[in-house]
Amino acid sequence: MDVVLDNLDDYLEAMRTTAILTVVSFAVAMAIGVVIATFRVSPVPPLRLAGTVWVEALRNTPLAVLFLLFFFGLPKVGILYSPLVSSLIILSMYTSTYVAETVRAGINSVSRGQAEAARSLGLTFVQVLAGIVMPQALRTVVAPLGSVLIALIKNSGIASTIAVMDLTGLARALGDSTAQPVATFAGAAVGYLILALPAGWGVGVLERRVAIKR
Amino acid sequence: MKARAPVTASFLGDQLGPRGRRRVRAASVVSILAIVAILVVAANRLGDKGQFADNLWRPLRQWSVLNFLLSGLVLTLKAAAVAMVIAMAIGIVMALGRLAKNRPIRWVSGAYVEFFRAMPLILLILFCWLGLRQQGLDISPFQALVLGLSVYNGAVLGEIFRAGVLSLDRGQSEAASALGLGYWQSMRAVILPQAARRMAPAIVSQLVTLLKDTSLGYVINVDDALRRARDTGTFYGNHLQAFALMALCYILINLALSRLANYLEVRQQRRLGAQRIDVGGVEDLAVVGAQASVQA
Repeated sequence: MDVVLDNLDDYLEAMRTTAILTVVSFAVAMAIGVVIATFRVSPVPPLRLAGTVWVEALRNTPLAVLFLLFFFGLPKVGILYSPLVSSLIILSMYTSTYVAETVRAGINSVSRGQAEAARSLGLTFVQVLAGIVMPQALRTVVAPLGSVLIALIKNSGIASTIAVMDLTGLARALGDSTAQPVATFAGAAVGYLILALPAGWGVGVLERRVAIKR
Repeated sequence: MKARAPVTASFLGDQLGPRGRRRVRAASVVSILAIVAILVVAANRLGDKGQFADNLWRPLRQWSVLNFLLSGLVLTLKAAAVAMVIAMAIGIVMALGRLAKNRPIRWVSGAYVEFFRAMPLILLILFCWLGLRQQGLDISPFQALVLGLSVYNGAVLGEIFRAGVLSLDRGQSEAASALGLGYWQSMRAVILPQAARRMAPAIVSQLVTLLKDTSLGYVINVDDALRRARDTGTFYGNHLQAFALMALCYILINLALSRLANYLEVRQQRRLGAQRIDVGGVEDLAVVGAQASVQA
């Protein structure tokens, strides 16, 4: 365990990187996901199709393939970002599909009467969705979105394959240089638990607070 | 039972009037133009950089190269299949452990499930490879990959099985013991078969996740589909094309499996009425759970 304590600063820095990957990607994924979910329930067929293609294509491709495609493939067409920014983009896109599917399920859970009442008051599609349906939908899917967030914390480790120094990347590098991989990986495991457990509790608190009592 | 609208259906149930139809038509035209514009820009970009050049695509039509990639894909599928079988076994043991009367057993299996479910899979796979080898274990990359996948998915499937057992009516086990069946007999003949059938959609959807995760073998040099796509890309200078082909393979396989999961889900609901599959922390299951709870 000395390896971990000797490199505690590096571990804290790596935890910060993992936290940044998670928080930023989740925020962007929420934004994209809500838009895609809107596309998928909209009355406009081309938008519905675009939403479906986005979700099915990204969700069914392994994250590792996306990382390699982005990192080795896109520079060939002149698109080149730093490893951290690339990771943020990929994680956001990938996670947005899970957010979209979850939010869509939430939208469908809102009882039809709500939308019908709003329509009969003369609200437009966007007004109905943004003002009436979406707020209720998001409240019902706090717990599943929490699962998506925790999965994202774990998925962010794949960023280490393109040389991002997150917890996984650090454990690997330190394991190589000190020849004590067991200890360095155990340190990373603790780091992930420190990040994931409070996230889980936070989601639980939020869920209780926003739950709709009926 | 009330007919349920499919999840894909628009929630706006009302018939559009003439003005609404005009608006939708206008929006359709605009969005088609926007989508076409995006595609044209992307295609132009690819064309400008010569990515449609035949010398980059030709290798992917040669049988020798395709064979090289496909046999990598077979190895990927093999790893997924072996890991799935082992993970199912671990999962059943862990589910029974967490449901056991004996407190230490419950505690140990609970700790296993909670710990491994919280770990990034890539960390586990790297640990199985670097850590175990360092401890003097002679393990191949393929074995390390299968071990990591099994240990992780064993924990996830353990939760799935447990949720399945808990979803059964208590009358099932009571009736079994009233008939004089012992614990193991009732588990084997009454409880587990029903639980497994009930959880079939969740199990298949976890199989999709596992299959995707098999690509992580790439980081420990398993000679799988992804590694071979990269080798092909390096050799012919067509990374973009090789990875795109790989992505397409994964998408097709996973779409087929997702279809199966959906089919099972629908059949399940028709027969038993909808039920929520409450297994947290796993993205694909989060979606299944959300949809199930919505349809309930």
